[in-house]
Amino acid sequence: MATENVANAAAHSGPTQGEYIVHHLTHLNTTGEAQKSIVDWSVINLDSFIFSTALGVIAVLLLWLVASRATAGVPGRLQAAIEVLVEMVADQAKGIIHDAKSRLFVAPLALTVFVWIFFMNAMDLLPLDVLPTLWSQYYAATGHDPHHAYLRIVPSADLNITLAMALGVLSVCLYYNIKIKGIGGWVHELFAAPFGSHPVLAPINFLMQMIEFAAKTISHGMRLFGNMYAGELVFMLIALMGAAWAGTHSLSGGLLFAGHVIAGSIWAIFHILIITLQAFIFMMLTLVYVGQAHESH
Amino acid sequence: MNLNATLFAQLIVFFILVWFSMKFVWPPITKALDDRAKKIADGLAAAERGKHELELASKRSAEVVREGKEKSADVLAAAEKRAVQIIEDAKAQAKVEADRIVTAARADVEQEVVRAREQLRDQVAALAVAGAEKILRKEINAGAHADILVAIKQGL
Repeated sequence: MATENVANAAAHSGPTQGEYIVHHLTHLNTTGEAQKSIVDWSVINLDSFIFSTALGVIAVLLLWLVASRATAGVPGRLQAAIEVLVEMVADQAKGIIHDAKSRLFVAPLALTVFVWIFFMNAMDLLPLDVLPTLWSQYYAATGHDPHHAYLRIVPSADLNITLAMALGVLSVCLYYNIKIKGIGGWVHELFAAPFGSHPVLAPINFLMQMIEFAAKTISHGMRLFGNMYAGELVFMLIALMGAAWAGTHSLSGGLLFAGHVIAGSIWAIFHILIITLQAFIFMMLTLVYVGQAHESH
Repeated sequence: MNLNATLFAQLIVFFILVWFSMKFVWPPITKALDDRAKKIADGLAAAERGKHELELASKRSAEVVREGKEKSADVLAAAEKRAVQIIEDAKAQAKVEADRIVTAARADVEQEVVRAREQLRDQVAALAVAGAEKILRKEINAGAHADILVAIKQGL
């Protein structure tokens, strides 16, 4: 039977489990193959960028569609749903940021971030192989090697995307630091807080502030990325169970299929919570960080 | 987890979307929410006012009913008084009339008595003459003795 399996595998000439996962974790980028170095500014991940932008535009257009028809009378279901969201964000923003003028920018920022990240995370719930398979078929049909048809459909499982959003939030924080405290006030705070203004303490204060900003931003981006990347990976591992069954017709193979169905269902249902929670956490941290930029030490 | 220029692209998209949502999404929705909140507040205030007005109106109507009752009671009392007055007047009038009738009757009776007495006197006089005729067995000329007969009559 073992030989049969090998024969089967050889006949299908399918990827090994390691190859399957590596293939799924490789971005479609401008070079056409996996990025070699950790950092390479000449490369763009086309898949992340396209999916992220498309989902962001869809999310914002959906909000805009509702907003442009918003009535103060009895709302429809969609409007009511968006209103619940807006009210939730507005309440959180009101509790954290006490400057009403800042809220006019920060609250819509938080709403956009929440809906957008929710949409990007929700891509994880699409069947893992549907879009990549379609893509590789199209890739093969246009005369390319389907083994190089990489596609990752969850943009928030790409560190570039999440870190970019965290950097966006950081720049908003810096903007408000300067706007609220003045450039002089902020520079003074950089050297005088958290330990107090004393020439000896100034470098330590400054170092602490830099570490704080770096830690906030990196943890902000990494948290979302880590959760979504891990979630995606678990889906892949679950899918491998079904893939292992596909090659065999034995009892243990049937158990693998059942395992795929059960574990996949459980993880997908649990993931509904995670994608919402991660979007909410990212939004809340955005508000908290911008709120901190308003407070003087 | 490789870093590349996707980061910058995403950063730009991020700010474009945030700007769009700040400009075109947030204001209409919050405006609708605020307007609705105001509408509801107005509605509640109007309801409160209506309730207050209803209270006043019911108070006023109770007042009117009370006044009407009072007035009708007054009218009733006056009517009763008037009825009693009318009855009293009628009674008094009836008494006067009755007295008058009684007096007239009494006068009639007296007259009758007088007349009866006259008749009786005449009859007795005739009887006395007849009696005397029988006793005297002698005709007496009524014309000749009229003065006697009158004297007898007077004596009765």
